[in-house]
Amino acid sequence: MTTVRFTVNAAPVELDVPGMRRLLDVLREELGLTGTKEGCGEGECGACTVLLDGQPVDSCLVPVCQVDGAAVATVEGLAPGVGALDPLQTAFLETGGAQCGICTPGMLMAARAYLDAGGGPDDAAIRDAIAGNLCRCTGYTKIVEAIARTAAGPRGGSPSGGDA
Amino acid sequence: MPELTTRAEPAGAVVIQPGTVAPGLARGAAPLRREGPAKLTGAAKYADDLVFPGAWFGATIRSTDAHARFEALELDPGFDWSTVVVVTAADIPGDNVVSSIKADQPILVPVGGEIQHHAEPLALIAAPDRATLRAARHATTVVSEPLPAVFDPLAADTFFAAYELASGDPDAAFAAADLVLEGEYRVGHQEQLYIENNAMIAVPSGDGGVTVHGSLQCPYYIHTALKRGLAIDDRQARVVQAETGGGFGGKEEYPSMIALHAALLAGRAGRPVRMIYDRHEDLAATTKRHPAIVRHRTGVTHDGRLIAQDIEVVMDGGAYCTLTPVVLSRGAIHAGGPYRCPNVRIRARAARTNTPPNGAFRGFGAPQTEFAAETHLNRIAEALGMSPLDIRRRNVYAVGDTTPTGQVLRGSVAGEEVLERAAEAGEFERLRARHDVSRGRRTGAGIVPDSPLRTGRDRTASGIGLALAWHGAGFTGSGEVHLASVASVELTADGRIDILVASTEMGQGTKTIFPQLVADALGVPFEAVDIAPQDTAFVPDSGPTVASRTAMVVGGLLIQAATRLRHDVELTTGGSFADTYREYARERGGMRVDQKFEPYPGVGFDDETYRGDAYPAFGWAACVASVEVDLDTGEVSVRDIVAADDVGRVIHPVLAEGQVEGGTLQAVGYATIEEIKLRDGRYLNDRLATYIIPTSLDAPRITTILVEAPYDGVPHGAKGVGELPMDVGAPAVVAAIADATGVWISDLPASPERILAAMAGVPEAAPLPPGASEPARR
Repeated sequence: MTTVRFTVNAAPVELDVPGMRRLLDVLREELGLTGTKEGCGEGECGACTVLLDGQPVDSCLVPVCQVDGAAVATVEGLAPGVGALDPLQTAFLETGGAQCGICTPGMLMAARAYLDAGGGPDDAAIRDAIAGNLCRCTGYTKIVEAIARTAAGPRGGSPSGGDA
Repeated sequence: MPELTTRAEPAGAVVIQPGTVAPGLARGAAPLRREGPAKLTGAAKYADDLVFPGAWFGATIRSTDAHARFEALELDPGFDWSTVVVVTAADIPGDNVVSSIKADQPILVPVGGEIQHHAEPLALIAAPDRATLRAARHATTVVSEPLPAVFDPLAADTFFAAYELASGDPDAAFAAADLVLEGEYRVGHQEQLYIENNAMIAVPSGDGGVTVHGSLQCPYYIHTALKRGLAIDDRQARVVQAETGGGFGGKEEYPSMIALHAALLAGRAGRPVRMIYDRHEDLAATTKRHPAIVRHRTGVTHDGRLIAQDIEVVMDGGAYCTLTPVVLSRGAIHAGGPYRCPNVRIRARAARTNTPPNGAFRGFGAPQTEFAAETHLNRIAEALGMSPLDIRRRNVYAVGDTTPTGQVLRGSVAGEEVLERAAEAGEFERLRARHDVSRGRRTGAGIVPDSPLRTGRDRTASGIGLALAWHGAGFTGSGEVHLASVASVELTADGRIDILVASTEMGQGTKTIFPQLVADALGVPFEAVDIAPQDTAFVPDSGPTVASRTAMVVGGLLIQAATRLRHDVELTTGGSFADTYREYARERGGMRVDQKFEPYPGVGFDDETYRGDAYPAFGWAACVASVEVDLDTGEVSVRDIVAADDVGRVIHPVLAEGQVEGGTLQAVGYATIEEIKLRDGRYLNDRLATYIIPTSLDAPRITTILVEAPYDGVPHGAKGVGELPMDVGAPAVVAAIADATGVWISDLPASPERILAAMAGVPEAAPLPPGASEPARR
């Protein structure tokens, strides 16, 4: 057992867990944050994407000991409050960017990282940013549209003004 | 990307350019996806997100032989077996059969029985934690005696089904033809690759029954399977759909097997058992699209009229029947393509091989045979020196034409319209003419810079391709009559309006379009209509969520039910339903209207002779694909696709477009990169690192044109949309590759290896045909 301390969606977490336990399992099973999904368990599909200090990572490939001292952001932390949605979530809802929804949390986190880094509405850049996140339902068209719409919106759709 | 023209739209057509407000139907008025916010915030509960305190973890012990005698399951005496439960075939209380079309597939192979394919379930284990489960699995040994296996469907001697469709006199017509062209086309397995793996959790109930929560398309298929395998009654078996992360047919029949496994373990353990597949197990064990070998012999006149078609379809069913007869049936009926031809012979059979069973996948047999039909027609056009567009104009079905089953197409025929719309929006003839010029420049230019395959200065070549397809709406033949689906609308005593159906949401939009249709029929706002959970304890059997039937068939039943409810309430209250239903409920209590399927007027099919109306109506789709082929590596980039799909009536433009876009990309994957390789009957690339699907970078820009040719047998005119785009994308891409390179690829996927072998004129350098199993390495 290892003691790890980190934040999840800005809330402090302290856990005694096996250090090699996957961050994905810690989020889902220890913390009950089941919004983060497992699609392949080997870093191919991106369904388990979370942000680690602002960078998108496949949480199935991250042993929890590596997040000690870090800030983890999951889909549960995207919306500003209960009953509210982040502009990115709103754009996905309106354009039809989510169908079955299983890739959606990871897709949203990858897109959020792209937007927070100042990414714009450019089609090729958006496709590049989400190339690690597989979707089988949408053909990506409406996902790209949702991200582009958010990027073109006020402050790049970023709560931090697009300069994070 | 191709520019859409701005000419006046014909009546009944809706053109929706990405990111714009649609003309015609008010796109802005379409409601937001009902369960969208839950999915977007992570609140939606998929099977693996459900928590059942005290649940154990289940696993399946599977065969590593393709065909063998199952001699014994040895349990290591060094392991403490009291800490786990083990289930074998001997523990099955009911029939050891996964209920489907035939009773041939066991829930578990019994000791002494025959293993029929690799990854076949032999025994089950459940343990309180994953580590113990892993240790227990390692403490088991399967003892088996290999038997000779059959992998080649052409060499098989057992068939799950065979059909012959015939009209006219093909032999005489061939003799009169100006040109007779033959071709053979092969397609391999395709994995549905829903991003959520299969998952089931079984919870034993006090009465000896079980409740299964899972990722699934067809609650009542599983309900039936549980009753039979566990010898329990209607009330003891309960199936509840969890949020489902994609299906595409892959969660049509195999979830019955997983539910039975979870239920058997839960019964034995006396506690909930979680059966959550990982990606490797899901890829290795669950059903795929049927591989097929399709041979065409076609007679045409010099001006491109089809006068004779002789088509042979051989599908590989794998080791058990599953839904193969119906897949083959759909494949056979669609095998000639959407073209009138007076003299047709279609012979189709599905062989049994010692490979994992194949099953339902979006398109259900039609993508296989329509790939062959369209590619063959494109080759005929080339042989005649005709444009691919013109040969389709000449032959496409119109109202009054007769199909190979003798069905007269009485209405809702939009083949010509989708063809013209796609060709125009994709600028097919203009771009094709440009490629003709550039290909002419390359060919024989004598400049061969680096690659022996390159015949010009340019490393890449562009091409454009066209394909057309039809897709029967709903179940084939008398399928809907046999299903006898029931859908209900209830006004509850507390004044709510509830939709009761077993039809599932798996991303396609069921939970949004049903409230839309019912709200319209009742004259109430969308928000006033709820949809009950897909739980067999509460909802009637509205049939499986397959065959693009949900919007058309079940949607039609709901409109009928809602109309009756409205009528009854308004008759009593004298006011409009919207104004009076709450008062009605308060004063008189609730009312539920169950609507049972009645055969569509004038639609009849004879299962024995295979003649008649194979479908109440057909959907029509055209696709124009633009590709770039790297002449050094053989890699294909699909750049742009224009998809024109006739869906009868558009219920929700955003959701309908989403179906076209998603299905189109699955077809692009089928055309270019998706392939299962086999050795000794085992899938070799059974991981997501090795079975690849298109990413956002592989995906073309997709322009969707929704065409509306309503079917008048249902009140709302909708014909379904899910499967249509899957039929038409692959042949369009292959035609574009031919336009770019001058070579026809007859085997899918059109991988770099196959393209390079074809361009070099060395067919023997191509990989094994799709679906073929290489021999075991000794």
